[in-house]
Amino acid sequence: MDKLIISPAPHIHGGDSVSKNMTGVIIALVPALLVGLYFFGLGALVVTLTAVASCIFFEYLIQKFMLKGSSTVMDGSAALTGLLLALNLPSNIPVWMVVIGSLVAIGIGKMSFGGLGNNPFNPALIGRVFLLISFPVEMTTWPRPVPFSAAYLDAETAPTTLAMIKGHFGEIPSTLDLFIGNMGGSLGEISAVAILIGLVYLLVKKIITWHIPVSILATVFIFTGILNLVNPELYASPVVHLFSGGLMLGAVFMATDYVTSPMNPRGMLVYGIGIGIITVVIRTFGAYPEGVSFAILIMNAFTPLINTYIKPKRFGERVKI
Amino acid sequence: MKTFRIGGIHPKENKFSAGKQIQVAELPKQVVIPLSHYIGTPSEAVVKKGDVVKVGQLIGKANGFISANVHSSVSGKVNKIDVQLDATGYKRPAVYIDVEGDEWLETIDRSTEIKRECNLSKEEIVRKIQDAGIVGLGGATFPTHVKLSPPPGKKANILIINAVECESYLTCDHQLMLEKGEEILVGTTILMKALEVNRAVIGIESNKKDAIVHLQQLAKNFKGIEVEALKVRYPQGGEKQLIDAVVRRQVPSGRIPIEVGAVVQNVGTTYAVYEAVQKNKPMIERVMTITGKTAPNPGNYLVRLGTYLSSVVDQAGGVPEGTGKIVGGGPMMGRSLMNLNVPMAKGSSGVVFIKEEESIRKPVKNCIRCAKCVTVCPMGLEPFLLMNQSERNMWAEMEDNRTMDCIECGSCSYTCPSNRPLLDYIRFGKTTVGGIIRNRTAKK
Repeated sequence: MDKLIISPAPHIHGGDSVSKNMTGVIIALVPALLVGLYFFGLGALVVTLTAVASCIFFEYLIQKFMLKGSSTVMDGSAALTGLLLALNLPSNIPVWMVVIGSLVAIGIGKMSFGGLGNNPFNPALIGRVFLLISFPVEMTTWPRPVPFSAAYLDAETAPTTLAMIKGHFGEIPSTLDLFIGNMGGSLGEISAVAILIGLVYLLVKKIITWHIPVSILATVFIFTGILNLVNPELYASPVVHLFSGGLMLGAVFMATDYVTSPMNPRGMLVYGIGIGIITVVIRTFGAYPEGVSFAILIMNAFTPLINTYIKPKRFGERVKI
Repeated sequence: MKTFRIGGIHPKENKFSAGKQIQVAELPKQVVIPLSHYIGTPSEAVVKKGDVVKVGQLIGKANGFISANVHSSVSGKVNKIDVQLDATGYKRPAVYIDVEGDEWLETIDRSTEIKRECNLSKEEIVRKIQDAGIVGLGGATFPTHVKLSPPPGKKANILIINAVECESYLTCDHQLMLEKGEEILVGTTILMKALEVNRAVIGIESNKKDAIVHLQQLAKNFKGIEVEALKVRYPQGGEKQLIDAVVRRQVPSGRIPIEVGAVVQNVGTTYAVYEAVQKNKPMIERVMTITGKTAPNPGNYLVRLGTYLSSVVDQAGGVPEGTGKIVGGGPMMGRSLMNLNVPMAKGSSGVVFIKEEESIRKPVKNCIRCAKCVTVCPMGLEPFLLMNQSERNMWAEMEDNRTMDCIECGSCSYTCPSNRPLLDYIRFGKTTVGGIIRNRTAKK
């Protein structure tokens, strides 16, 4: 009683924390990870463990010896970056490349700006794009999905759906296979259904709002739908676009990264539409078969601009009397 | 179910004292009645040391229009007129009265019989309310007669009674509705007459089902009064939020509710209006809640103005073991008290004990830009941005980003996963920006 605490209001806190949000996203990624482990077996396990462990390790080292601030390594964000990086890699990529990718993601993508909250670009995508540009062959050779495969570097390879569309070869998997994830691709991106389960979890737990994923997916669907109507021979159907490549994973987990996405619903819609348009442009008119990573990184660069010029709906802005 | 359209949170309700009958607090030995309340000019003392006063006697006269009369809440002898540290942490002038007996002014009708008829004119009602020193009992303590006198050219078309009680823990308004429902409805009719409106809506959050049912039943006998159940959501008791929830009109930035034709009065105020107009009883006592997770005896107490909070708390079982913070008012917008040796004022809605482990703020982390503060802000502001600008003394930018619209509800700080003191910085910035704006308008 003689030692009362004095502080300004509010005197209660909701109990939300950084680590709760990070853990929530990791839980939401579990279905996608399980599908990856099922179809790519041992390789998926090795890549995931390497990425997560090395991201945590590099963050710890940089925090301890370079930034010398209080340790943030246990807040879950390094583990999340590692997991996201792994899910964006083919499962037959050598371990040393995964380690380099993790170093770039954490070291350059995140810690060089001062750690969590200060990075302008999504760290996992920085890592992935660095690897894609540095090791184009390894990064675009995807294993064929074989349930509980024990193969790693020696896995039999298969092209992705988008590569087939781009090169006009092969038989595009059935819509059901696309939906479940029975196709070649990065280890976490293949299964639309698993990612959608994760999305529902994120929305229910109020970790993210619907604006970014829905605006990206809707934009891609509409844009590719128009192209498909114009010339169905040349342009694949919107359903195929929606369920193939990294679109689902990107829209639900990569573009919604707190730090690098806009901070109000209107801004989020602009950002999502931007990502959708750039993705389709790269996929259909660009040199690469897939463009989600680039689209997100480009729109990350616009995020500060969006935050400055697009403001939330103010109270009393639209008066109806 | 209706609610306001932007932002909002739902803190754990913790209404431990719900349904606890209002107990009349013991008469204290001495009262210290503040001459100043939170808003408006302090009133001037009209008694001096040694004067003998009765319950209800005028002791402080309103000083100007936005000021309220103060009456003695006890009978006895004026001990001194001095400054007293009040619940806001400032020293303010106050009248100290040593209590002797309990002798009321003869004009006050102390019977419990409900007086339903009111034949007074609009002007007479407002005059009576002004004389009785009634202020808004929701916490802001704005003089009620000012709200009942719209600026020229403006006219209200709806009266909204704020019975939301959206702060967690507090139950004083809830209990008042259960016990004094009919009086509140008569009070509403009187306020409608004063404002010349023919429609009134009593807004109650749906967690007070018994009060909603009770008032709906009673309202059948009153013309033009509706009882509206609202979805539980904080800060619905904010004036602008409540108007939005009930009539779907948003008061524009920097304007007052009358500009959209609405006047809001707190339900406790409405009861005080009934007592003032029908029973000639000035504002001398109010219901307050004493509560907390560890409170031995959470309850609602009818307390005379100027009673030391310590005296009321003792009657409710004292300060519980392990209390880290004592809040005067609700936990979202109340003030933490240095000690309980402060007198209760017209705006004192409750005392909440917060456990030690909940009192200590967690360490502040980097902003992770999750935008949850933007999502919950009921005014559509960007708390993260305002805090950054306040830290960097960017006052012009803060003004451009509408910092003056902030109602200080605390939803941003409550929600922040990084435990950032958003509201602390915004409040600081608001004070500075407010000063800059006043200087600028004064120069013109």
